[in-house]
Amino acid sequence: MEATVAAERPRLDRVRFGRALRRFGWTIAVYALFATVMVVTIAIKPDYGSFEWNTLTLAALPLAFAAAAQTMVVLGGGIDLSVGALMALANVLALRAMLGHDLNYALMVALIVLVEVTLAGALNGAIIVLTRVPDIVITLATSFIWAGLALLVLAKPTPGIPLDFQNLAQGSTFSPWVPNALLLLLVIPAVWIPLRRSRAGLAIYAIGSDRNAAFRSGVNLALSRILAYAVGGFFAACGGLALSMTTGVGTPLAGTYYTLSAVSAIVLGGVSLAGGRGGMLGPVAAAYILSLIPAVLIYLGIDPNYGQMIQGVLIVLVVMIGGVGALLRRA
Amino acid sequence: MSTRAVSVVRLVQQRSFLVLIALLVALAGLIEIIRPGAVNAHWVSNILEFAAPLGILAAGQTLVVITGGIDLSVANVATAAAYIMASQAPFGVTRSIVAGLLVGVAVGFVNGIGVGVFRVQPLIMTLAMGLVVTGSLNVYSQAAVRSVPGVPAVIHTLGSGTVLGYVPVSLFLWALLGAALIIGLRSTGFGRLLYAVGDNIEATRLAGVRGWQVLLANYAACGFLSAVAGLVLSGTVNAADLSLATVLLLPSVAAVVIGGTSIFGGSGSYSGTIVGALILTVLNSVLTLLDVPDAVKQVLYGAIIVVLAAAYTRVLGHE
Repeated sequence: MEATVAAERPRLDRVRFGRALRRFGWTIAVYALFATVMVVTIAIKPDYGSFEWNTLTLAALPLAFAAAAQTMVVLGGGIDLSVGALMALANVLALRAMLGHDLNYALMVALIVLVEVTLAGALNGAIIVLTRVPDIVITLATSFIWAGLALLVLAKPTPGIPLDFQNLAQGSTFSPWVPNALLLLLVIPAVWIPLRRSRAGLAIYAIGSDRNAAFRSGVNLALSRILAYAVGGFFAACGGLALSMTTGVGTPLAGTYYTLSAVSAIVLGGVSLAGGRGGMLGPVAAAYILSLIPAVLIYLGIDPNYGQMIQGVLIVLVVMIGGVGALLRRA
Repeated sequence: MSTRAVSVVRLVQQRSFLVLIALLVALAGLIEIIRPGAVNAHWVSNILEFAAPLGILAAGQTLVVITGGIDLSVANVATAAAYIMASQAPFGVTRSIVAGLLVGVAVGFVNGIGVGVFRVQPLIMTLAMGLVVTGSLNVYSQAAVRSVPGVPAVIHTLGSGTVLGYVPVSLFLWALLGAALIIGLRSTGFGRLLYAVGDNIEATRLAGVRGWQVLLANYAACGFLSAVAGLVLSGTVNAADLSLATVLLLPSVAAVVIGGTSIFGGSGSYSGTIVGALILTVLNSVLTLLDVPDAVKQVLYGAIIVVLAAAYTRVLGHE
């Protein structure tokens, strides 16, 4: 991820330091915010232990994948309002096929679901490229299609994800402070780092930051856009499977929350909605912050319904501060 | 392409409105084929009654899209306005209606400050405000409201009453708002400014326009219209629950796009949106007649919106 680029050049002179600060400033700030919220949480709840930490990683896992999915698409200059619906689709497909089977079978199913939903994401991209209708309109419409399909696969929330498959996320194999749900996040860098270093990844950044310039430099716009949506679909599928592991339930209506929160997470995580700017580190931390808020409210004894409100206010404040910053830089 | 085909394309481009009307008639014809005798005065009255809340909600969306934005909080605002109106009903009908409308204007105003003054992207600003509105409404409903509130008689009449047996009362309100919007957009200074800001905000700034004031007023107007739509909708379904208008978010955007308003801003009209809202409502009626499960309905609805938007963009272009 971004930090590795900086780590390769240990001797930073002043110019490079300033550049790095400007480039990673937002990400550093997000991690500082996360640390602050954690400290506050521990101050509120002094017996905060590995169990609470485990709960947080479980709650944040699906959202972190949803944020990764949205990041992929937004970096390429698009927006995917069907992320949540794709997750719900992956979630119910997994439940339907895994019901009553063992771990090996479940892993096979997971692999097939990953392929299917990646294709669904690619289809989003292909429709956008072929029809030339703006991303937001197409993905709003396809969100109905994917959510409808999810309802067709499974009419109502049903438990029954194999326990061994759930334990892939719910246990903590190495140490109680390194739960499996945290380790599963490694899927994101495993896909993201090679992609980012490849020509295809560079092309996604290029089409996101200036489509005309990218076209004139010989980037295949259509393929790059479809790729961004396909990788987005892959992460959405991971999110759906994560939902299966962490809850053990197939829920056809899980989508809306994750679509909205994923957009919140990427904005908080420093990904520019205009495209071409941002990375994966920020949004993942933002997913943790957003998942921590309801827990903190419960520790404080406040109605968790305030969570949505606080999330909205937080987003507004963050983007307004970002907007003021942009204004000051221009002045 | 032959000359005739070219002239057909040109006709379609210049008379897109007629094409939309033709599509509307074709859909009605389809219903008549599926179930002969289904298209009658009663059916038309029903369609208008259900199209009115969507049409009014899409009116606000049209205003925002013309300025190059999008408002993803319209459905939340409509729901909140209706719920607060209903919960205030015991204190007097006028007060409750004013309270509901004020909610819309206030949220729209905040949206306008974010977009106009702080230059926040409309998508983010309205999404976040949608979260704030829905979160606040949940808190409000748990803290202050003991039972699901009922809808006052006036609102019920407004949403589902008819005059002379067939003409829905809400049609009068919709027609009034529609006329004001169409004339306002076409021939008032503010209306022209909306197009100008949507086309090129930098150029309007150089021409001495205070863009942020235009956007502020525009988002407030959108909030107001969303609130009106929420009130009408609560009258139509005779209930005001916490997810009243949620289903209308996609249709409100789709009606605008199908109606020919460019999502990039600067062009479009409310008359197109009206036909778009009617097409979507008739489409819903077709799907209902087909008697398929809700899930299939949802898939078809999404697919048809993709096809309509694609056809529109393909044939008419956005130049």
